[in-house]
Amino acid sequence: MSVIQPTPPPVEEASLYASHQKVYPRVVKGVVRRVKWAVLILLLGLYYIVPWLRWDRGPNAPDQAVLVDMGHARLFFFWFELWPQEIYFLTGVLVLAAIGLFAVTSLFGRVWCGFTCPQTVWTDLFMWIERKIEGDRNARIKLDQGPKDRAWWRAKTVKHAAWLAIAMATGGAWIMYFNDAPTVTWAMLTGQAGLTVYGFFALFTATTYVLAGAAREQVCTYMCPWPRFQGAMLDENSLVVTYRDWRGEPRGKPNDPAAADCVDCKACVHVCPTGIDIRDGQQLECIGCGLCVDACDDVMQRLDRPKGLIAFETLKNLAASQAATKGMAAGAERLAKGMAVRTPQKILRPRTLLYAGVLSAAAMVMLGAWLLRETLTLTVLRDRAPLYVQLSDGGLRNGFTLKLAQKLRGELALPLVLEGPPGLRLLVQDAALDAEGRPLLTTREDGITQWRALVTAPEGMRLRGSTPITFRLLDAQGRTILRQSSVFLGPDR
Amino acid sequence: MATKIEKDSVTGQMTTGHEWDGIKELNTPMPRWWLYTFYACIAFSLVWVVLYPALPITGATGLLNWTARGALPAQQAAERARIEPMMARLRAATPEQIAADPELRGFALAGGRVAFANNCAGCHGAGGQGAPGGFPSLADDDWIYGGGFEAIQHVIRHGVRANESDEQRGIAMPAFRTTGMLNAAQVSDTAQFVLSLTGRGTDAAAVTRGQALYAENCASCHGDRGEGNRDLGAPRLDDRIWLYGGDKAAVVHSIAYSRAGVMPSWQGRLDPAMVNMLTVYVHALGGGE
Repeated sequence: MSVIQPTPPPVEEASLYASHQKVYPRVVKGVVRRVKWAVLILLLGLYYIVPWLRWDRGPNAPDQAVLVDMGHARLFFFWFELWPQEIYFLTGVLVLAAIGLFAVTSLFGRVWCGFTCPQTVWTDLFMWIERKIEGDRNARIKLDQGPKDRAWWRAKTVKHAAWLAIAMATGGAWIMYFNDAPTVTWAMLTGQAGLTVYGFFALFTATTYVLAGAAREQVCTYMCPWPRFQGAMLDENSLVVTYRDWRGEPRGKPNDPAAADCVDCKACVHVCPTGIDIRDGQQLECIGCGLCVDACDDVMQRLDRPKGLIAFETLKNLAASQAATKGMAAGAERLAKGMAVRTPQKILRPRTLLYAGVLSAAAMVMLGAWLLRETLTLTVLRDRAPLYVQLSDGGLRNGFTLKLAQKLRGELALPLVLEGPPGLRLLVQDAALDAEGRPLLTTREDGITQWRALVTAPEGMRLRGSTPITFRLLDAQGRTILRQSSVFLGPDR
Repeated sequence: MATKIEKDSVTGQMTTGHEWDGIKELNTPMPRWWLYTFYACIAFSLVWVVLYPALPITGATGLLNWTARGALPAQQAAERARIEPMMARLRAATPEQIAADPELRGFALAGGRVAFANNCAGCHGAGGQGAPGGFPSLADDDWIYGGGFEAIQHVIRHGVRANESDEQRGIAMPAFRTTGMLNAAQVSDTAQFVLSLTGRGTDAAAVTRGQALYAENCASCHGDRGEGNRDLGAPRLDDRIWLYGGDKAAVVHSIAYSRAGVMPSWQGRLDPAMVNMLTVYVHALGGGE
């Protein structure tokens, strides 16, 4: 006989939701920080300056080097110009970028997150401004915990005004990639820009302000999908920001003889932009920015201990060091032994080779597609109604729509000839004829011209069913430069 | 389901108290602002449901009384206003002028294609391919009333035998058998002669008999050798195109009981600019003269 136990009451109430803990990162100096500043200046510089670069494409074409012209459905990138039907080149670039990101992550961990992601770059910039106005970590904590006096109001007002200014510059620069930069800037300043421009300007201003000013690490921890699936790219041979616990534990005061290298100063925690403790091991929240490496190195240097208690390290080496130093007492001997068993990072491994293979295959495909890209294309569309026209003399006629796309500048007039059973007559409505009586198809620069061609089989040819024919476009020397096959249709019997 | 919240010994995290087959769910709290965002979305949707038609219930139109159908006239008016300058030019020009101006012609062909699909294709078929039983092809080179701009436009405007316009085209062909003007044998002989015009006569004696009957009854409209008469709308009988079928039975039926296709008058039903666009479009289908 089974006994149904009464359900015990909950021992304690745990909330399913956590309140936001504000992070107050402390200023940090060091190699990683210097690299991050350089990357920030480079990326922000590119972002704000690129729309202002000019590129001469001749008359009737925009002179902006990088421009997405939605109105005319063209994408300009220096000497490249893409039509909408070639958007797969953009897709290809994005595919290459994705695989490249996988490859870099499998080698060097979350460098994208820690150094180049717009969220990180703008947050860094916003934090720099915050520090300049409100002071460093302790001053900011004190300000937020203190009374809301005049100093508080002044600091907050100035900070948010500066943030808003940067956010507006960011939103404004975004618009310039889709409009002529000087024109749209002037239009926006004088209130003459359209609702779409102001709308997107407001949208990107708001997202910059909210994401870099308020949301910050919340974006990385809760909103961004990339940390969720980066685990599939990282392995024990990837470089990740790591606390060498085999060297640091047990923690203690600098003058404690039993303690190891970690003096528990919490410098690594205080500089962390996501507010975590790297000493707890690998964590979802860690964006791999390496600022704790700088902070810890600084402390070690001042204590005259070797740097690298927190370092970019592979988990394989970490495990090897841990195994080699197991049971050893803290001291120089343990440190030397732990460091000695480390091996150089294994770059070539199935994962990276696979990424390299896919990357080069995709690059080859895209390069091939680019080299084979046609700048002049002829499209032949058969009339579907009527399939053929019965003429009064017993002849048959088929109608075709020809579309001639010229993706370059300059206009051409090219003779069109028809290849098929002898006797077929070709007429192109509205086309001028050349000296030999062939219709001349003219192009429109960076545009499409459309023609209607009528092919007639006179009485007596008795074309039945489907007969292959080919339209050929000739150049000035009479060479075929484009050919398009189609069929001439007649009654079945 | 047990709801015993406890500390997980491996991770040190609290559980939610939920347990399935011995597997306990760790409590990884969501940020509270996420919850508030969710509430904000619910609040937004409630406002939306009150203001806009969101429920599949008749009469639940929302406080703003907005409907997609109600918004359509304004969009149509805006679109009409947008193309009005071009429509005004199309109204003022003749079809010949439109065809000679590349800009107007491009607009007329595009607009004509739509207007044709909306108004004409029901009988004349997509692309003007025609349909059996009296709906002529507009893409071929055989025209009952003429294939020039003016003739095409006249038919579009005034129609054929619809009694909607004083200037309509088409006159009635007598039903020779019904009215007793020809008997069955005479109709057959006449049909033999008509077929012989395209080299398809099968009975020389009947053709000879039919020739006299044709001259007496048919030639005044269809011409001595079946060359047709566009002013009267009498089709050619000497070509390969037969509006109601070209075999003997069909020809006999036409002579005996007559044929009289009808087309409505489009003047007053369509904007004059649209009539002009249709004229240019039909002319460009392949048979324009």
